[in-house]
Amino acid sequence: MPTDTVPEAPRARAPEKVRFEGVTKRFGDHTVLDGLDLTVAPGERVTLIGPSGSGKTTILRLLMTLERVTDGVVHLDGEPFSHMPAGPGGKLVPADERHLGPRRRRIGMVFQQFNLFPHMSVLANVVEAPRHVLGLDADEAAARARELLALVGLAGKADAHPTRLSGGQQQRVAIARALAMRPDLLLLDEVTSALDPELVAEVLDVLRDVADGTDITLLCVTHEMGFARDVSDRLLMFDRGRVLEAGTPDELLDAPEHERTRSFLRSLR
Amino acid sequence: MTDSGTTAFLPALGRALPAIGEGLLVTLEATALGAALALLVAFALGLAARSRSRTVRGAVRVTVEFLRGTSLYVQLFWLFFALPMLGFRLEPMACGVLALGLNYGAYGAEVVRGAVAAVPAAQTEAAVALGMGPGLRLRRIVLPQAYVLMLPPFKNLLVQLLKSTPLLSLVTVADLTFRIDQLRSATGGTAAAYLLLLLVYFGVAVLLGAAMNALERRAKARLGVTGGSA
Repeated sequence: MPTDTVPEAPRARAPEKVRFEGVTKRFGDHTVLDGLDLTVAPGERVTLIGPSGSGKTTILRLLMTLERVTDGVVHLDGEPFSHMPAGPGGKLVPADERHLGPRRRRIGMVFQQFNLFPHMSVLANVVEAPRHVLGLDADEAAARARELLALVGLAGKADAHPTRLSGGQQQRVAIARALAMRPDLLLLDEVTSALDPELVAEVLDVLRDVADGTDITLLCVTHEMGFARDVSDRLLMFDRGRVLEAGTPDELLDAPEHERTRSFLRSLR
Repeated sequence: MTDSGTTAFLPALGRALPAIGEGLLVTLEATALGAALALLVAFALGLAARSRSRTVRGAVRVTVEFLRGTSLYVQLFWLFFALPMLGFRLEPMACGVLALGLNYGAYGAEVVRGAVAAVPAAQTEAAVALGMGPGLRLRRIVLPQAYVLMLPPFKNLLVQLLKSTPLLSLVTVADLTFRIDQLRSATGGTAAAYLLLLLVYFGVAVLLGAAMNALERRAKARLGVTGGSA
């Protein structure tokens, strides 16, 4: 049998949670990401910083498969995620829903605008996916949801309607909702950017607790450098679709190499 | 002639009341069955209009445009007079329900398509991020929110459908219009009979509208939106 007919085997137990392999994303003529290579280790906390339009949010959206890559492959847990092997050659083709479905469940995402379901109570928002995606029975899903609502400090709001909550409370519900699926990778997309300044701390405190209390892999896009410094193992400075520089929070925030990084950090103050 | 017709009208109306009541029931039946079929057609075509396949979308487009672009009156006559020549004979009531269901279903398809498209994409994205598949997303997240948007246009279509049912009397369905027209020719009380006809349709339309408004208020309350159209 010729070797080129052997399907490509997933790299077993690779020390990578996520790997972007030459990922390019274009919207029309506009190139948002340009041949990005990026690996995130299991349990690692990585924060993406950089000016808006530099492609940070696109990375999270590609990883959550809310967008499709223009070129390249996104890998999850050592196997292709954005693509799947097909045919006798194991050639990679864009993934279909059957490939994406079970893998998406390992990833949770919290959005800038919360995106709670407005036709459901707070509790129902958190119960929804465990109940209908994981198939938990109603009692089990509700118990899990109440536990998480307590974790985010909203035990008393279970029966409230999402629109009756403050932005900070809504975002904490969204965090509980994402965690209810027990993802091992959590994507945080500018989760405090839509909040009034006095509500930012309550959301970040909850996220610090999550980061400290679990070994979940975190990928954040944020402009909150204090939070980024506290939780991150590694910071990546993005500029025009590429990683300009990378390092520990101390390296990048206190001694940036590039003038663009320095001017970006100055602009946040 | 008019005077004698008017004086004879009230006693004749009294005698005709049971028949008119039956006619009203037939009208309500045609409205209910026509609306039920229209709802099915509306969801089938409206959701298929969002298919990824261009062929499916094209076929839906042509079907909807054809059903909306040809008169209900002609559709009904075609079903009643032309279809038997091809070997399919339907009961008059079945012809009526089919014509109403297809015609109003095509209008409803646009309502369904538009309402589903109006649910923010962020809602679908949140559902994707929770691992929900396409069917679950549609059923649990998108349709419940689209439903609220569908109710006001559906109310209009339902009242219009009711007001189209007199066409059925032209293919021998003994509906309200048919019965009151019988009363008119028996008494010659044209003005009184048709005034009565106007009032009964108006009354039914008001009741249907009120029922739809109640549904809309309930749906909005569940969404946490206060207020609503009267």
